[in-house]
Amino acid sequence: MSSVRVLVGTRKGAFVLTSDGKRQRWDVAGPHFGGWEIYHMKGSPADPDRLYASQSSGWFGQLIQRSNDAGKTWEAVGNKFAYEGEIGTHQWFDGAPHPWEFKRVWHLEPSLTDPDTVYAGVEDAALFRSSDGGQTWHELRGLRGHDTGAGWHPGAGGMCLHTILLDPSNPARIFTAVSAAGAFRTDDAGLSWRTITRGLKSEFLPDPAAEIGHCIHHIAMHPSRPNVLFMQKHWDVMRSDDAGDSWREVSGNLPTDFGFVIDVHAHQPETIYVVPIKSDSEHYPPEGKLRVFRSRTGGNEWEALTNGLPQSDCYVNVLRDAMAIDSLDECGVYFGTTGGQVYASADAGDTWAPIVRDLPAVLSVEVQTLP
Amino acid sequence: MIRVILPAHLRALAKVPGEVQLDIEGPATQGSVLSALEARYPMLRGTIRDQVTQQRRPFVRFFGCGQDLSHESPDAPLPDAVASGAEPFLLVGAIAGG
Repeated sequence: MSSVRVLVGTRKGAFVLTSDGKRQRWDVAGPHFGGWEIYHMKGSPADPDRLYASQSSGWFGQLIQRSNDAGKTWEAVGNKFAYEGEIGTHQWFDGAPHPWEFKRVWHLEPSLTDPDTVYAGVEDAALFRSSDGGQTWHELRGLRGHDTGAGWHPGAGGMCLHTILLDPSNPARIFTAVSAAGAFRTDDAGLSWRTITRGLKSEFLPDPAAEIGHCIHHIAMHPSRPNVLFMQKHWDVMRSDDAGDSWREVSGNLPTDFGFVIDVHAHQPETIYVVPIKSDSEHYPPEGKLRVFRSRTGGNEWEALTNGLPQSDCYVNVLRDAMAIDSLDECGVYFGTTGGQVYASADAGDTWAPIVRDLPAVLSVEVQTLP
Repeated sequence: MIRVILPAHLRALAKVPGEVQLDIEGPATQGSVLSALEARYPMLRGTIRDQVTQQRRPFVRFFGCGQDLSHESPDAPLPDAVASGAEPFLLVGAIAGG
């Protein structure tokens, strides 16, 4: 019988939640790496027992952990993230040039085909790759070396590369997103990159339609249609039908178009999910009601999903990497909150129940669907 | 022989239950002690000092003989009592964070 494994990164450790295909009863393992921030944890599509975790702390810096047995045991692998070539500068908050400084790994994206190959999106924004299971890391210099790189600047959360999407139909194509620089695409496996921001508008910029400076929070893709991208921007939910060459807004009837997460249904590429957050300074759901919004039309027309979610006095946030969707039929949807809850829906969002209620603040949620 | 006491999180990471004892070739300095420590426990690389710049991480301090040695040169000799193993070399996580 199929089963699922939910990988949860929190402010104070990692947790592995497992269930059978019914997704009603859960085993909770953890905390792994107690006391450390786990920004992200993800399994290899090519070997589900191979997991990678980004472990960091303000005291002791960045570590990468690897498991070969589905999270039962872990080993620390390479953690030397050295920028390639001339370090260069980006813009600081005051507009002054500021040298790139490695701070942490926000996102780990394992290769679709090779368990030993994994990408790391880091702060200050850069993309690294390991092809030896995380032992050594090498920067894909072309991204940071983009013509616009010296003009990138951090968002409030730091200048982080937080989204890495691998195109399953084209191994040379990768999408990335950086707060608050923008979105980028390579079509030559990382050698060269282009901005993919046409159609984005950010009113906080002097030129709202500028090439860079957009605070993109997350991008999602359905693997069957890699040219269709969905974006939750600082404000605005956006959609592209041409691999990011152009974007149009699909916020439609959302109560607020601010938010962090966005994801796509496993079997319906036009069904997408967001969690609206009140505003950029009020990082909690509007009206104290925790609602997932689902569009079955690829945006614009949204329905609130509330069954099983708190509908009063709820003031948690859902961070950008804290939603995931399994590929069972029907698909499960998961998200974690800064209040430490991880909610699951085994019916594509119609009903919800917490798997756990009292974890440390959740930073990331991923799910593996196992045979 | 140098005795090194790690903070709890680094003991857990290195899977050592208590004090670490290291034999150092040449003069006992912060740099030589950390190099020996990292050679025996590679998972500690980058957790105490930056792997690229070799700078001490800001929230890690070095104590010995009741003194804060954090701002001493990495190449300066450690106090005799630390170098002889009479006193431990302490790596301390600063009181900070949440």
